[in-house]
Amino acid sequence: MEFSAPQIAHEVLWPAYVVFGAALLGVLAEAFLPRGRRFGGQVVIAALGIVGGLVGTVMVAMDLPSVGPDDVTAYGVTTVGDTVAVDGPTLFLWGLVLLLGLGGVGLFAERRLESGLSAFAGQAAALPGTEAERKASTEGLDHTEVYPLLLFALAGMMLFPAANDLLTLFVALEVLSLPLYLLCGLARRRRLLSQEAAMKYFLLGAFSSGFVIYGIALVYGFAGSMSYAAVAEAVRAGESGSVLMLTGLGMITVGMLFKVGAVPFHAWTPDVYQGAPTAVTAFMSAATKVAAFGATLRLFYVAFGGERWSWQPMLWIVAILTMLVGAVLAVSQQDVKRMLAYSSIAHTGFLLTGVIGLRDSVELGGAEITSLQAVLFYLVTYAFATLGSFALVSVVRDDSGEVTALSRWAGLGRRSPVVASVFALFLLSMAGIPLTAGFVGKWSVFAVAVSAGAWPVVVVALASSMIAVYFYVRVILLMYFTADPDPTKAGSTDVGVGGDAALAGASPSSGSQPERGTITVTSPTRVADEVRVETPSLATVVVIAVCAGVVLLLGIVPGPVLDLAGSVGTFIR
Amino acid sequence: MTPYIVLSAILFAIGAAGVLIRRNAIVVFMCVELMLNASNLALVSFARQNGNLEGQVAAFFVMVVAAAEVVVGLAIIMTIFRTRRSASVDDASLLKY
Repeated sequence: MEFSAPQIAHEVLWPAYVVFGAALLGVLAEAFLPRGRRFGGQVVIAALGIVGGLVGTVMVAMDLPSVGPDDVTAYGVTTVGDTVAVDGPTLFLWGLVLLLGLGGVGLFAERRLESGLSAFAGQAAALPGTEAERKASTEGLDHTEVYPLLLFALAGMMLFPAANDLLTLFVALEVLSLPLYLLCGLARRRRLLSQEAAMKYFLLGAFSSGFVIYGIALVYGFAGSMSYAAVAEAVRAGESGSVLMLTGLGMITVGMLFKVGAVPFHAWTPDVYQGAPTAVTAFMSAATKVAAFGATLRLFYVAFGGERWSWQPMLWIVAILTMLVGAVLAVSQQDVKRMLAYSSIAHTGFLLTGVIGLRDSVELGGAEITSLQAVLFYLVTYAFATLGSFALVSVVRDDSGEVTALSRWAGLGRRSPVVASVFALFLLSMAGIPLTAGFVGKWSVFAVAVSAGAWPVVVVALASSMIAVYFYVRVILLMYFTADPDPTKAGSTDVGVGGDAALAGASPSSGSQPERGTITVTSPTRVADEVRVETPSLATVVVIAVCAGVVLLLGIVPGPVLDLAGSVGTFIR
Repeated sequence: MTPYIVLSAILFAIGAAGVLIRRNAIVVFMCVELMLNASNLALVSFARQNGNLEGQVAAFFVMVVAAAEVVVGLAIIMTIFRTRRSASVDDASLLKY
């Protein structure tokens, strides 16, 4: 037993180094820059780091060596002792998460909506409703640590789909999760909700990663090695249905399904998406799902591809449940962010429908799209629609911050036609209406699932798509065809659905110490508490515009991106 | 070899049950740590069985990850406790339905 130093192919890993390096530089900047300069400095470091990573990803993708037998197209290298695989799908996902990260930085840097302050707590350690918090607010304190945290999460998201080894998978999972737990708890307004979201996300996330590592231990016991190649070897050679292997696979799957938010491990999703600062929700809901699906695909295709008769039925059930629960529960939601959270659960189900469309390359006809291609394309359509819609939620505000109660969005279409129509575009794309990106995405995942024989799942998927259309269109009707609510009545109707109780930070009935639960800037007399659309900073406008553009463009000419997703080849083994 | 794996399974089950049953966030968190340590025991036992070092190396990584998780977790639980004067996971129930 001795160690030999692994060969590290720095020439393909450097995009990830750039992002990690920018994150570390951000930590140093936090320590050494004077307070006034930190915001600008951090934004510049983060943006440059991500752009550098993007440039690197494109450059690495340009000259990726082709590997494997001739009948299977795959490009890439495995490196660091085969623990990291930089191949076509990895680079596609790197590009996607980095673009989303850039959007995230743009949304994080939004300071116009809060009149010069960011959406993050001035001082997270100051208790809500205390003098210290007010002071932090009036002095304009700001947690600029959020940018390094975002970069660390982003670096973890780059490592996650590249993980070609069970231990790397676990480490990447934690590197991407831990910063997100913190980011969730840093909201400037509605801090109790935000802290509660952080705690729920953290405890459940830690619980699920406990399952992952125990599953990894069992699979390691079965295969005798952590590397996907060795696991795949052992799965093919060993007798099918080994208890050790199946238990291990099941436990790892629990963790992965938790990360993507699939039923029955979805309970955290609505709470966290609602409670977290909206900029964080936008980034997290889009990018985490992309990275986690990348890692899930590699795990199932490369390591456990030989055992797919065991995991496909399990994923059938999970996909069916996820789509149905997501779509049905979204119907009854009264809060925009919560509704989008349930819609994202439903999308997880659609993505899983694509995952179970896995077939051997020999079974595929030449012109058919592969399961991997369909899922990658769906991830693009989903990610941009989600990022854009959460970004839009952050500009609909009243005196006490964002307005998320759906009832108060009534009549938005008349007051601000641009915002309402762009939001409607995102909703229609998520619903899968033709001429938007979502339609092509759904069509491709359903097609691969049908061709793999999973037609019962597709039938359920079509049914839940129809349910989903109902609640998306309901919001559009609300925005365009419902009269403005009477502002005097709006407050009282919201209490029941947690709207105003949430605004105040704590519901009065539960408040053993209500004075602690009040938020910072609620004016005592709410005379004109009307919902309005505020003009955000240029960065947010650009993010929303780009997302809308992508959604429209992919709906009308999906060809180039579909081809790109097809040209990445398969996972290397 | 089997006794160690059985012991690790028992520890893991105690940890998982604790997460589901206990109300105090700190105790819940300690139960998560117990699950991670049960995994460490399993990893090290399997490393001995397989005759390679990967499992032992993994155990070190798990320890580091657990330490990092403690930092983040205690920070979050502390803020909740200071705000609400309670670390009970049942009290934090503003987000629902």
